[in-house]
Amino acid sequence: MHHTVISPIREPLVEGAKTYHQITEDICSPAERAPNLLWIVGFVLSLITLGFGLACIFITIWWGIGTWNLNRTIGWGYDITNFVWWIGIGHAGTLISAILLLFRQKWRTGVNRAAEAMTIFAVMCAGLFPIIHMGRVWLAMFILPYPNTRGPLWVNFNSPLLWDVFAISTYFTVSLLFWYTGLVPDLATLRDRATGLRKKIYSFVAFGWTGSAKHWQRWESLSLVLAGLATPLVLSVHTIVSFDFATSVIPGWHTTIFPPYFVAGAIFSGFAMVLTLMIVTRKLFNLQEYITLAHVESMNKIILLTGSIVGVAYLTELFIAWYSGYVYEQFAFYNRALGPYWWAYFGMMACNVLSPQFFWSKKLRRSVVFTFWLSIFINIGMWFERFVIIVISLHRDYLPSSWSYYSPTWVEIGIYIGTFGLFFTLFLIFARVAPVIAIAEIKHILKTAGDQYTGPNATVHHHDDHGQSESVEANH
Amino acid sequence: MKTEKEVLFGLYNDEVDLMKAIKVAKDDHLEIMDVYTPFPVHGLDDVMGLSESRLHIAGFIFGALGTLTALGVMSWVFTRDWPIIFGGKPYFSLPAFIPITFELTVLFASIGMVVTFYTICGLGPGVVNPILDTRITDDKFCLAFETDGLNTSEVDNLKRFFNTTAAAEVHTKSISN
Repeated sequence: MHHTVISPIREPLVEGAKTYHQITEDICSPAERAPNLLWIVGFVLSLITLGFGLACIFITIWWGIGTWNLNRTIGWGYDITNFVWWIGIGHAGTLISAILLLFRQKWRTGVNRAAEAMTIFAVMCAGLFPIIHMGRVWLAMFILPYPNTRGPLWVNFNSPLLWDVFAISTYFTVSLLFWYTGLVPDLATLRDRATGLRKKIYSFVAFGWTGSAKHWQRWESLSLVLAGLATPLVLSVHTIVSFDFATSVIPGWHTTIFPPYFVAGAIFSGFAMVLTLMIVTRKLFNLQEYITLAHVESMNKIILLTGSIVGVAYLTELFIAWYSGYVYEQFAFYNRALGPYWWAYFGMMACNVLSPQFFWSKKLRRSVVFTFWLSIFINIGMWFERFVIIVISLHRDYLPSSWSYYSPTWVEIGIYIGTFGLFFTLFLIFARVAPVIAIAEIKHILKTAGDQYTGPNATVHHHDDHGQSESVEANH
Repeated sequence: MKTEKEVLFGLYNDEVDLMKAIKVAKDDHLEIMDVYTPFPVHGLDDVMGLSESRLHIAGFIFGALGTLTALGVMSWVFTRDWPIIFGGKPYFSLPAFIPITFELTVLFASIGMVVTFYTICGLGPGVVNPILDTRITDDKFCLAFETDGLNTSEVDNLKRFFNTTAAAEVHTKSISN
């Protein structure tokens, strides 16, 4: 007999007594109806911001990096801060889809699709910055090791900056493959519901998916192995990003704590961004029954954990700076908290260490409005963290005559704003043309994690003394 | 050359009914053409007697290829083609090669597996495979038999099978081979 697993502790992951068909209807409908006013307004605003960002990128490339306020002392400013920030945000998607898959966390199914899309778009935003920062972008291919007419002169395989090139391009490719392979069966669902030109387009992108049992078996095998590969990959990416700093000899940078601390921070900011987006998306597309308060609470618990790890890392850094007895390191951290950029340090501490502690309260963890605002605070805090690490560590050089101060020009700010335009433009297009929730995967967990599943073969629960359940065949 | 084949298929409303039907079909030694479902049904491959997918073996081979490519190229470049001393380190500095080696292992394994998956499944951009019913990607579970070369009594036997196994609908369709 078919047994349904009902946990007395866990909340249902799909609410509202859905049938398989109702799930298809609910999740496909945003892609099948005309966009609402809110979407159009958001899309136009995103396009305008994107256009402004492109103009600023054009100015940078046309006139050179001189349009930024970087100087001889502070060679990394907004560019690398934004790069690390976006890469960090791009970590939650793979964490949700890969690590939580390996841990058999069923709640991932409600949010994995959108989180993976977010990952891909965030990595695109991140990748822009190092490329523009090269100055002469038309020579960007010099970072790739290919046989060339310059010797052949090779890249430096011992450099963390080159490891970054490999890590981020691999991460982007694998995330894209993982995401798209998951999307194919759902695109087939859209294809089979569409007519006319839309059917032709969805036919093309659905790759001829039929739902054959053998294909599903291979698809599951592929997903599992890709998850197994993506798990160490996602941990390696921010580890390697942290090597950009940790392998240098700059006080405040060359610390061995960086890899785990960066990874925790990346997951922290990534989940905050997932929450910001999903809270808006579930409201906009009426998906509250799929992205439930239980999902919000689960993500808030991860935020609380990773936020606390980040907090411990900040304090460990301070302690080790003092304990090392190394005056340059001690000065770097004294200056970090009490120097000219004290506001960035305290912004970081308040947003990253103090604010997630509110989530010890179950009531606040389950408050959508509170979570939304807190997720924005966390992302501001994580931006400050990268600014603190990069700019504060650089602005007091070994030679006091080189001491400097950095504030961005409008061009630098414009490029940063432009990446929001890119991110939201892509996300809004994605939310319009593809299912934002993995339809097949939700159907897969419906019977084991759905609320009062009422379709055929539903299990009716009698709350008798023995807690036994009984299966009832529905009429055909 | 395009050839057509006749397919008789039943649509079930639930995966539990489908699984029961497959068991009956297996017991009756009926030759199932294929089973189509809207989502991966747990235990379906066991009931159908599908052998385990060997896709992960392909993944391992591609991954090993990535490892060897990365280590090989970096070692050759830094010890043979253009040896340069970086910070007094040896030419062959294995620890510094690990990050790129790891990334290329993952990259090769992922791309290789995904390409293998689409190739062996006959899927790809623009591919159009025959669809028996558009609701298979929604909420119908389909069990299909090929009826070419079967006589009337054998086809009737299959129809009877669908009736006794509570198929919600039974249809025939000729699809291109």
